[in-house]
Amino acid sequence: MTITTSARRYLHRNVRARISALLALPLFWLVVIYIGSLAALFITSIWKIDTFTSKVIREFTLQNFIDVFTDRAYFNVTIRTLFVAICVTLICATIAIPMAFFMARIARPRSRPILIALVITPLWASYLVKIYAWRTMFYPETGFINWLISPLGGSSPGFGILAVIIGLTYLWLPYMVLPIYAGMEKLPDSVIDASSDLGAKSGRTFFNIILPITWPSIIAGSIFTFSLSMGDYITVQILGGTFQMLGNVVYQNFSLNLPFAAAVALIPVIIMMVYLGSVRKTGALDNL
Amino acid sequence: MKLSTPAKLFLWTVMGFGLAFIYVPLILVVINSFNTNTSFAWPPTGFTTSWWSKAAVNEGVREAIGRSLFVATIATLIALVLGSLAAAAIARYKFFGRDAISLLFVLPIALPGIVTGIALNNVFTNFLGELTIFTIIVGHATFCIVVVFNNVAARYRRMGSTLEEASMDLGANRVTTFRLVTFPLLRNALIAGGLLAFGLSFDEIIVTTFTAGAGQNTLPIWIFQNLFRPNQAPIVNVVAAALVIISIVPIYLSQRLTQEKSDK
Repeated sequence: MTITTSARRYLHRNVRARISALLALPLFWLVVIYIGSLAALFITSIWKIDTFTSKVIREFTLQNFIDVFTDRAYFNVTIRTLFVAICVTLICATIAIPMAFFMARIARPRSRPILIALVITPLWASYLVKIYAWRTMFYPETGFINWLISPLGGSSPGFGILAVIIGLTYLWLPYMVLPIYAGMEKLPDSVIDASSDLGAKSGRTFFNIILPITWPSIIAGSIFTFSLSMGDYITVQILGGTFQMLGNVVYQNFSLNLPFAAAVALIPVIIMMVYLGSVRKTGALDNL
Repeated sequence: MKLSTPAKLFLWTVMGFGLAFIYVPLILVVINSFNTNTSFAWPPTGFTTSWWSKAAVNEGVREAIGRSLFVATIATLIALVLGSLAAAAIARYKFFGRDAISLLFVLPIALPGIVTGIALNNVFTNFLGELTIFTIIVGHATFCIVVVFNNVAARYRRMGSTLEEASMDLGANRVTTFRLVTFPLLRNALIAGGLLAFGLSFDEIIVTTFTAGAGQNTLPIWIFQNLFRPNQAPIVNVVAAALVIISIVPIYLSQRLTQEKSDK
């Protein structure tokens, strides 16, 4: 009997050994490399820095957190970032819910795969290409938007918070459409028929039946749009003009003062953990 | 489902508006790649193909594309193995800590990329001393695992365990069952997850910024570095247009997959 067959027999008999064998490598990767790095980063946030060399000194201090939480400027950046992330999520949901509903329920089954492909295609186009495209759209004086609305007496809003919100909405819209589409497609016809048999008009069926049942999918989509918007700094650099978000603060401090950057980076992580914790019960995490 | 005419009209309008919102900027990029005007003022001033021929022989672009393809391939392979192992454990067994582990498998995409980026950068520079192409791969594989995991775990949940049980009742052992029953059922989910992982890796810039060594430009990093250089702008635009056009390929592949499924 070879070693492999005996190992195979052992695994066959022992469920726990089987689970461990399956999980050993993936868990090693995510716990040691990923969680380990995050832990190391956040430990850095309670360390000092040599202000001349930018080297981390391993001495305990709470100064970084005191700086982050007492300086009004960082509070404002956090609020701005949250505002942008919430706006992007709401706009994405407002566009995505009717689109997904149309794709899953109204369009003929034959044209559904084509519609899905049309929505997914920009997901494959490069992130930078998309932001770049919006940069040429928003360009003051010579941009497409300016050309479009100048005959009506308007002019391009230029780069700033509005351009950032539109750019991020554009980037993450497919991440919202796809889970909601999957949720609406799974919905059995019998439920909708029952509702209309009992006299509900289509609007009522939509708000009282379809929306509550697909809620976990909508939340799943919002995890993407919310998190991706909160951590972004490149879109903000390209479309934001002088506008800044938390990601930019982290990026600017990263090479000069890592402990402080780590303390700032903890803000979006805490917000995201609170969000994940509060939506976990809806079953959204199984719909990602 | 029956709908009133105004409701239908509303949905058609939103769908049309949504698709226009998605495609107008992309089409503009492609049109601009033939624009003679280097500042891309709209409307275009003339037609030229010279930017395309210049981009085709650009060394920086070629090198960056090669590196991006290499990174995406290795990261996807790692993710396929680790992601499906974990999906099998989570979907098939109940054990202590299962919920915590499935939450763990959401974190790399749920937490902002910049946090992952600086965390990995801190560890790599302190323990490995320098950043290389392999540190990029490690960074990418971390979020690619999640994508594969999600796809495969969803497939496991949908297919149930009855077919595998039937196979084992009929005398096949675990390995034969996996080879003849489980794997063929999982194949489309693996391809879909692998394609998505490859696409995400090929496109990733935030984690890459912090994990790439000096001179290790991936394509997105090259684009970003040249985005604000006026004399490179036409080349960047051509690369952007080419990426828009190439993005049709994976869509076509996944279309073929879904068609295959409905034919069966």
